[in-house]
Amino acid sequence: MTAPVLPAQGALRRRITPWLLVAPAALWLFVFNVWPSLNTLVLAFTNAKPLSGGHFTGLDNFGRMLDDTQLVDALLNSIVFMVVCLPVLTLLPLLLAVLVEKKIPGITFFRTAFYTPVVASAVVVALIWSWLLSDRGLINGLAQAMGVLQGPLPFLTDRWLLVFSAITLTVWKGLGYYMIIYLSALGNVRRELHEAAAVDGAGPVRRFWSVTVPGVRNTMLLVSVLVAVSALRVFSELFVLSNGTGGPGGRAMSLVMLIQLYSRGFYGHFGYASALSLLLFVITIGPMLLLARLNRKAA
Amino acid sequence: MADLKRRRGGRGGFGAPGPGELVLRYTLLLLVLAITVLPFLWQLSTSLKGPYEDVFAQTPSFVPLQPTLENYAKVAATIPVWTYALNSLIVAVIVVGGNAVGATLAGFALARLEFRGAKLLLALFLSTLVLPGEVTIISQYVTVRSMGLADTLLGVALPGTIGMLNVLLMRTAFQAIPKEMDEAAVIDGATPWQRLVHLGLPNVRGMLSVITIFAFIGAWDDFLWPLIVLNDPKNFTLTVGLQYLNGTFSANPRLIAAGTMISFLPIVILFASLQRFFFRGVAEGAIKG
Repeated sequence: MTAPVLPAQGALRRRITPWLLVAPAALWLFVFNVWPSLNTLVLAFTNAKPLSGGHFTGLDNFGRMLDDTQLVDALLNSIVFMVVCLPVLTLLPLLLAVLVEKKIPGITFFRTAFYTPVVASAVVVALIWSWLLSDRGLINGLAQAMGVLQGPLPFLTDRWLLVFSAITLTVWKGLGYYMIIYLSALGNVRRELHEAAAVDGAGPVRRFWSVTVPGVRNTMLLVSVLVAVSALRVFSELFVLSNGTGGPGGRAMSLVMLIQLYSRGFYGHFGYASALSLLLFVITIGPMLLLARLNRKAA
Repeated sequence: MADLKRRRGGRGGFGAPGPGELVLRYTLLLLVLAITVLPFLWQLSTSLKGPYEDVFAQTPSFVPLQPTLENYAKVAATIPVWTYALNSLIVAVIVVGGNAVGATLAGFALARLEFRGAKLLLALFLSTLVLPGEVTIISQYVTVRSMGLADTLLGVALPGTIGMLNVLLMRTAFQAIPKEMDEAAVIDGATPWQRLVHLGLPNVRGMLSVITIFAFIGAWDDFLWPLIVLNDPKNFTLTVGLQYLNGTFSANPRLIAAGTMISFLPIVILFASLQRFFFRGVAEGAIKG
């Protein structure tokens, strides 16, 4: 028989072990999540800069926002981004999921291929599209060869064309991701409903609207909230397509691009960048809370 | 009625596609395949075209007429692309290791052990999920800088080394293990550590693979955070380095194409070999945040 562990010692160990296991994650929680959140709130009321400490300046940063035409442009871009992405990225991936749902030969290959743009980094995708959309790139070249265009369209140097190019590649990159979310939801739509509708003489289009869509309604809501939030957070696509400039006069920037702009260098302003971060928080918190609720319901 | 019976009796059951439907389905599948895959192939083709082949032509050749690998050597002479790839790999390895260990330990403690403050801690982990990463990115940089880690790879890796979402996903995985199994182990006098190693880990391997794969891809693909942290071109990760190449030497698309392929191909190979985990990850709610 081995020597029994002293009860007091065992109890102590039992009390401490859970804390030891959770300690690293808790440390990360406080150092890289809780503290930066509180610090954002504090910094937003200061004029802290990369090269100087800064002091409390009250509501100055928020007053500055009101006169910031670049911010107005950025918010307008975000709204356009969201308004276009929402319907397209809520509906197209659903149609795609219906297309890849049926297990016909080779379907795994197609599903995998459609998901490939999702795993590529936004930078890689944006560089590929920069080349496709450049003045002397494939799209302008083919359009001119076919006589659709007389001269090249300035996809990467015109404000609205830039925004729409970024939307295009966001849709292209997002299709596969939302397709997979829909695919797992489609598995739960009861087959008998489809059969009953078919018996009643409903064609595929009719069945899509009256059986599939109501069956995945909650998932459509989830996807549309995901799309809305990621539209508000867009950065890499616009940054790389515009080569870091934000387009002519910086008018094709997004809110996150502005935050990045003020994060460093001579123009760096942690205070203003933090105030912009709070603005981002305010406009995303609604959809994010809804998302958390939807996820809990799904779980 | 007879028609319905026939359909039900068939192996594919209801909706087994007829030949007309099959043709339509494959036509649409091939169309979407072209839209998703052609841009990648065009980039690959550009990266293999020799210096005398016109890449700008209005009716360019899809297949390189003078295929060559010299663009890959040239891009390495222009920017230290292999160093950047190594930097990205270092960051990704730290992030994968940290998440595999940190999220597993914490996930187990939160799911299976009782301790004071567990509820509060769980609520805090959950509350981080409603905060988009970009909201705290500036203060995170201020924090990393105050640790003296600005412009270092460790500074790039550190904040993501234990992801809050991963902790919660591991907790969910541990919770799915039947309570009775665990209780039997407790009665037999197993320590928490023994329960984690012998009972917990074998039952959460699926989720562990999902979070490590997603951690790797996330770190490899990340752009905004390393862009903020890194200044010195010799410390760049691959994504930041590629944007730098694009900004500096935009004249030669062949080199940029070669650079993007160096970043993209490892991820595609990883994805193609582990694709079932990806789909599972998305289905299990590993929603990128």
